Formats: sequence, structure tokens, C-alpha cells
Amino acid sequence: MKAVSRKRRAYGGLMRALMLFSVILTGALVLFLIGYVLWKGIPNITWELLSTKPSYLRNQIGILPDILNTVYIVIATLLIVLPLGVGAAIYLTEYAQNKKMVAVIEYAAETLSGIPSIIYGLVGMLFFCQFLNMQTSLLAGALTLVIMNLPTIMRTTQESLKTVPQSYREGAFGLGAGKWRVIRTVVLPGCVDGVITGCILAVGRILGESAALLFTAGFAHALNNFFFGLRSAGATLTVALYVYAKEQGEFGVAFAIAAILMVLTLLINLAADLVGAYYRRKKRL
Amino acid sequence: MKNGKRVFETAVHGIFLVLGLITVACVLLITVYLVISGIPAIREIGLVPFLFGEKWASTAAEPSYGILPFILTSIYGTAGAILLGVPIGFFAAVYLAKAASPRVKAVMQSAVSLLAGIPSVVYGLVGMLVLVPGIRKLFHVPDGSSLLAAMIVLAIMILPSIIKVSVTALEAVPSEYEDASLALGATPVETWFRVSVPAARSGIAAAVVLGVGRAIGEAMAVMMVSGNVPNMPSLFQSVRFLTTAVASEMSYASGLQRQVLFSIALVLFLFIMLMNATLNFFLKRNKEG
Repeated sequence: MKAVSRKRRAYGGLMRALMLFSVILTGALVLFLIGYVLWKGIPNITWELLSTKPSYLRNQIGILPDILNTVYIVIATLLIVLPLGVGAAIYLTEYAQNKKMVAVIEYAAETLSGIPSIIYGLVGMLFFCQFLNMQTSLLAGALTLVIMNLPTIMRTTQESLKTVPQSYREGAFGLGAGKWRVIRTVVLPGCVDGVITGCILAVGRILGESAALLFTAGFAHALNNFFFGLRSAGATLTVALYVYAKEQGEFGVAFAIAAILMVLTLLINLAADLVGAYYRRKKRL
Repeated sequence: MKNGKRVFETAVHGIFLVLGLITVACVLLITVYLVISGIPAIREIGLVPFLFGEKWASTAAEPSYGILPFILTSIYGTAGAILLGVPIGFFAAVYLAKAASPRVKAVMQSAVSLLAGIPSVVYGLVGMLVLVPGIRKLFHVPDGSSLLAAMIVLAIMILPSIIKVSVTALEAVPSEYEDASLALGATPVETWFRVSVPAARSGIAAAVVLGVGRAIGEAMAVMMVSGNVPNMPSLFQSVRFLTTAVASEMSYASGLQRQVLFSIALVLFLFIMLMNATLNFFLKRNKEG
């Protein structure tokens, strides 16, 4: 029996080599990025950096305000986007009869997820900061992020709603429940996994966002409580990283923030994987 | 009692309808705002001098607002990122979808998700301190902040989208196709590249278009490595993209200069809409087979 010809073997070898090269390169890039950022950043993380605000008098930089601003903006965004996104998903899967309407809404959501963040920042500045007169504030930033994250929450919720068996709904209707009661007692509990996955993805996106926040939430580094903080300008960690690296040349601080962001990204990815696996196992049972 | 219940249910239906329409309202809001705020400056400058003017000097005594350098830089930068990123992403995707052991596949897919999750400012920071000095030393140019640096950063940033979407498309190829090809005597590698890849071509095309959209829209990472000078694009020169043109002057601009920035955003938005339409075309074709 004659084996594969020489030319074909060369082709196979070349393609295999290209594939291996690409995969190894991708893996090496990921390892390098994580390793480099942690190696440069972790030595710069001190308790003082984490627990103070910047002071020109003592000539020191602290990132506590930026950490708090990030936490505030994550909380505010999720509080607003969750009801909107889950509600929209429920409308699409439970109420909408008109196929055209569903198509329009889904097309709008896809469009939203393709718009670059700098454009969100610009429109957020025009609409929330100027037209609605919120000034440059964390709340304006959070509302901008709400629009950005709406498609994510909507999509994950919608996907998990589709896995709620139709017979559950029919059973509840058969027992005489109204539509709202069916949604509240049968449909909503069934989509918890989608909502949680959506939240994790949204938190990751909010943590990483910078271009949309530059002109809506601003650069300030003041220590505020939650409610006062929402009404005043403030930099999140990513915006602070940008300002320290690009405008002030403080690379040590920038790398410290980058390392924190990197660890958070790792944790978020891990959480998303674990939640996904947990619910997949639960649904199979 | 019955009547009250019906009123209540109708009200709930109405609330959900409003929630469902919020995305549509947001898209309309963004479009309307960009058009309204972008048109005045174009009217004042004239469409042709605005789009094809080669000189951008917004703060000069006699300002000149030509955005051709930005448009070309965005196109070249994106093309460069695609040239560098697509082959790597494509081969990696074929490997992960077809050749990799389940364990390697799981590890690499987490790695790719991680790559997608890293904030763009972190890419910018690493690019500033690794890539920019590297280019300066390697090519003996005075400043490494250049179009080339931006291309490389963008290529890395679009890798995850390309790999993820391509892997999904390749996995959806019916295994009968591949079995038939193997049964006819093709080697596994030939089967993957001559049967599976052509069968998944719409999905792979969608991945590329998605990458183009990402690359055109990226602002912060590019701002940190491209030098941000409004030159006509050239590989080793400092350049400014459409996105960074908006971001870099917005904080201090006023009057016509500020309005021009909105016009640039409108141009960027039109590019993105074009990409979205293309993406939808490929996705639909993919679904239809």
C-alpha cells in the first residue's frame, strides 16, 4: 500500500507547523502579558498606595479614591442595567408576538454591542452631562455604561430563558396563574444563571472601560461616600492608569493599577467559568 | 375582580414592552445625537475639504480641519492589524476546533477569554514600555510611537474575537462532511483545511469583520502607543486615528474645533455601521448554510 505522496505530506506538515506556531504564540502572549504586568506591578503595590488619596503636600500617590470610584460605578451600573436588561429579555421571550418587532430589538442590541466606547463617551457627555445637566459625574458615567452593557445582560438572560421548559409555563397557566405570576414564580427563577453570567461579564467590561468614562466621569481623585461620589467627578482604576501613565509618567503607579486590574480580570474569568460549569451540571440533573 | 386582573396584566405587558424597546431608543438616541452634532461643522467646512483635506491644524491661527490623515491612519492601522492578527487567529482556531486535545483546548480557550478581558489601557501600558522602545531599537528610528506599534497592539487585541468566532463556526461544520472526506482518503489536515474551513467560511468571514470593527473602534490602547501626531500615515511615524482624534482634543476644545470632533465621531460611526451591516450579512449567510 502506497502512503500519502510527498507533496501531500509536506502540505500536512506545513499546515500543522503553522497551527502549532499560532497556538503557541497566542499562549505565549497571554503568559507574557500576565507575567510582565504582575512582575512590574506587584512590587509597587504598597498598603500606603491602596489606602490613601493623592497628596501634593506629601508628594505621594494613593489610589483609594480610584478603587472606591470603580466600586461605586460598578454598583450603580448594575443596579440600573439589571432591571432594564432582564425586563427586555423577558419581553422578547415571553411577550413579543410580532416577529418583526423581535428582529428590530435584536438588531438594535447587536448594533449597540458594536459601537466603540469612545462614541458612547461622546454621546454620554452630550446627553447625560450636558442635556440632562448631570455635569461630569460618576452617575453620568454609570448611565453611559448602562447603555453599553444592556445588550450583554439581555443576551445572557434571553439565552437562559430559552432553556426554561415550555411545560413549566403551561403547567402554571393550567393551574390558573396569570402571566405576571407565571413570570415571577416560574420564569424568573429559571433565568438566575443567565443573570449571574451577565453580571460577571458586565463587571468585567465596566472594570476595563476607559474611553467611555474619560468625558463622562472625569479624572478627579477625591474621597467620597457612595451618594456624594455619584454626583461628583471621579476616575476609575482604568482612567487613573491612563492618566498616571500617559500624562504624568508615573509608571510605577500605572503598573500597580495594571497588576490589580489583571488579577481582577483573572478572577472574573475564573468566576464566569465556575458559574457556567455549576449551572450546566445543575441543569443536566 | 376579573377586570382588575386584566388591567394589571395589561399594565405589566406595557412595562415590559417599554423595557424591550429601550435598546431601540438607545440606538436612535446615539444616531440622532451624532448626526445633529456632527453636521454643523461639516456644513461650515464643506464635505470635501473636511473628508479629503490633508492638513489638520485645529489650534493654529488659521485653523485647518482636514481629516484625511485620520481616516487613512484608521484604515491602514486596521488593515495592518488584520494582516498580522487574522492568519495567527485563523490557524489557532483551526487547531483548537479540530486538532487540540480536550485539555489543551480548555486551557487555551480560558487563555483567549482572558486576552479578551484585559483592559485596553493595560495593553496600551505594556505597548508603551515594551513595544515602543523595542521598535525604536530594532528599526533605529528616533521614536517608536508609531503606526507599526499601533498595528501590533491592535492585532493582539482582535485575536480573541477572531479565534472565538472562528472556533464556533468550525465546530458547527457537520461531522458527516469530515467523515466523508476522510473516507475518501484525505488526511486529517487536508480535511480540516479543504473541507471544514470552506464549509465554515461565512463564520470565519464574520470573525474577520468583527475584528475590523474592534480595531477601528479602539481608542485608548492606540492613543498610548501611536504618538498621536496628525501626520499622514507612514509605518514608522507618529499618527493619529479617528478615535484618538476625538479623544485627544475633546477635553479642551471649544467652538468650531469642538464641533469638528463630533463630525469625526460621525464619520467613525458610519464606518462602524457599515461593518455591522457586513457582519450581519455574513452571519445570516452562515445561518442559512
